Amino acid sequence: MTEAAAVEKVEDIEIRLLLEALFLKYHYDFRNYAMASIKRRLKKAREQLGFETFSAMQEGLLHDQAMLPQLLRFLTVQVSEMFRDPSYFKAIREKVVPHLRTYPSLKVWIAGCSSGEELYSLVILFREEGLEDRTIFYATDISHEALEAAETGVYALDRIQLFTENHRKSGGKSSLSDYYQAAYGKALFDKTLRRNVVFSDHSLVTDAVFAEMHLISCRNVMIYFDRALQDRAVGLFKDSLARKGFLGLGAKENLRFSCHADAFTDFVREEKIYQRRAE
Amino acid sequence: MTPVKAQAVTIGASAGAVEALSAILPALPQSFPLPVIVVVHVPSDRPSLMVDLFRAKCRLPVEEAEDKQSLETGTIYFAPPDYHLLVETDRNLSLSSDEPVLFSRPSIDILFESAADAFGPALIAIVLTGANRDGADGLAAVHEAGGTAIVQNPEGAHARAMPEAAIQSCPSALVLSLDAIAEYLKEV
Repeated sequence: MTEAAAVEKVEDIEIRLLLEALFLKYHYDFRNYAMASIKRRLKKAREQLGFETFSAMQEGLLHDQAMLPQLLRFLTVQVSEMFRDPSYFKAIREKVVPHLRTYPSLKVWIAGCSSGEELYSLVILFREEGLEDRTIFYATDISHEALEAAETGVYALDRIQLFTENHRKSGGKSSLSDYYQAAYGKALFDKTLRRNVVFSDHSLVTDAVFAEMHLISCRNVMIYFDRALQDRAVGLFKDSLARKGFLGLGAKENLRFSCHADAFTDFVREEKIYQRRAE
Repeated sequence: MTPVKAQAVTIGASAGAVEALSAILPALPQSFPLPVIVVVHVPSDRPSLMVDLFRAKCRLPVEEAEDKQSLETGTIYFAPPDYHLLVETDRNLSLSSDEPVLFSRPSIDILFESAADAFGPALIAIVLTGANRDGADGLAAVHEAGGTAIVQNPEGAHARAMPEAAIQSCPSALVLSLDAIAEYLKEV
């Protein structure tokens, strides 16, 4: 690294202080997130919340509790799709489900569920495969707003065409329209889809194991973490999974750089579905 | 001011990308001393053909960028479809699933802005052919950080809009033909 680059920019120092303040005052820990994306999101927040500098934003955050949800909205914003990457859900259906069928009861964890698209995708898939009734789904996120959105299960109607197409490509055995009612430009998903779902505030950064899982799906969440934090999260998944339990990641995520890689085997390599070793 | 030695190259291209990149990437010698990070707008719902296509044409290794991968000199990295590609200040790559910018994911602006932050004056950033304005803001950020901004001459471009927007946003950028860009890179 050149000498010039070794001197930290003022703005970067301000960002670190802001994240420290966020942690010390409110216990939201973004300190080990991958900085480039955090910086972009914070810049957008600074612009839209009307602060000149990150230092001014830090002061605002420390003295005005009402700013917390506003800031978190920028830091945790995440857009997903139902059945995003249909081939992933197809692999869950065709390769993972036959193993899951052998258990009398199942626990599934959607870690970082955001506004619930991945959750509903899995619940619908499990219903189609006749596994829903014996399954508890844990949908967790650090954002209360996201959890509320997930629990509400309302999506803009103009996204439904994409969701429907994805569902079909994933090998869906029913019609997606069986699961929602359209009204006023929105699609309201059937509340029975939530009857076996537990929504909960949980942080992969600071919280611990809470149940023994058979399947954990955590897609495009860990790309926002630095390597140390990725290791922590994967360690948590390792400790949460039953022997021979499954871990599904995003299309461009893998365990190659993880210190826990040895605890897993590739189950469906091209879909980033891993299986916990039996030991 | 002593000139800073370049440490990385970023390239953004959209409509007409394959042809334009074919005039540049295969021309780079095996001894090329910098990592080359490329964003091309490709459809989000299927695997990109870019890596296979350019692997067959180039002397340098060509890879699809992976999350938290460290940059190697003399390697060409393509952003995966449907993800933004960023450079961290520790010079590792990272991916993001944030919303598209200017309808694009990957976004040239996001790559360029993060690379400008990571490399400052040691970055060469190049905007090629395209039919939108992605890359214009990113190129201005590269220039502002002291990096070298280059734009494909709109005259020879398959689609002029993107180079024109980049020139407008970053008037001091070098405007070069594809051949001249390839020659420029061979001299670094």
